[in-house]
Amino acid sequence: MLKLYEVELGSRVLLGTARYPSPAILMEAVKASGTQLVTVSLRREAAGERAGQGFWSLIRDLGVRVLPNTAACHSVKEAVTTAHMAREVFGTSWVKLEVIGEDDTLQPDVFALVEAARILAREGFEVFPYTTEDLVVAERLLEAGCRVLMPWGSPIGCGRGLNNPFGLKALRARFPAVPMVIDAGIGVPSHAAQSLELGFDAVLINTAVSQAVDPVRMAAAFARAVAAGREAYLAGPMEPRDMAVPSTPVIGKAFLG
Amino acid sequence: MKIEVNGQWQEVAAQDLAAVLAELGLAGAVVATAVNGEFVPAPARPTARLAEGDRLEVLSPMQGG
Repeated sequence: MLKLYEVELGSRVLLGTARYPSPAILMEAVKASGTQLVTVSLRREAAGERAGQGFWSLIRDLGVRVLPNTAACHSVKEAVTTAHMAREVFGTSWVKLEVIGEDDTLQPDVFALVEAARILAREGFEVFPYTTEDLVVAERLLEAGCRVLMPWGSPIGCGRGLNNPFGLKALRARFPAVPMVIDAGIGVPSHAAQSLELGFDAVLINTAVSQAVDPVRMAAAFARAVAAGREAYLAGPMEPRDMAVPSTPVIGKAFLG
Repeated sequence: MKIEVNGQWQEVAAQDLAAVLAELGLAGAVVATAVNGEFVPAPARPTARLAEGDRLEVLSPMQGG
């Protein structure tokens, strides 16, 4: 079973809650995905609208855990302050720590990320850092107190899957005991299956589901792909080879030439 | 006094943060607050005095990825 910061989760799908066609479809997609952990954020409450209050009551009705993010934060101070505010509002010390360093790719500013992670871990937060596949950064994040890593597959929202499977495999192999969630860039269920096949513990998906023509159906498809990928990893996939190897035995073949 | 609430200038009569939230119709709402970029926890709002020109952020739960 997936275990993140001592909490066991029955699903290896983590689901974002943004950009769904309607709140009803979001609710149905959460159910269809089987997820027990959804990401949320904090934004300005428009006076008189109280949109945030309605959203929060919808999420609470779903009975899933929440992972607040620090999306769009560009500095250590912004991210740390957002984490403090999220802890109060959502009543959890879990935080998906994002410190964006580059606007076209939304690549994390890994230097600021490590600094913010160190501050938050010291203050008792359980930090889920959105990072790259860089091994040295991963090591620094673990030293800073992170006990889960969330490497990107490819840039947020691009749907291109795993940009650097070789680098991700190296990261997985370097820290075999650290729970790792592929966060960002997953576009279709086969990307999620591939992530699990490589030994990653879970995937965090949002746009791939919310922007599908039928988000609820896509959420269910992801649930199956993630389950299949996990089973395949546990079953031990064969090693790829460069040349053909006949699968049908050659011995005993008739001479008919 | 005039303060900036979520990026918009507003005239408020109240002096402390809890009372300003009530004046904005946000009493009892699930929100987190920051004044001039510094987080103000909910228990500290009644004693957090606001001054002319302060920047107040009032954030609430929203969809996120």
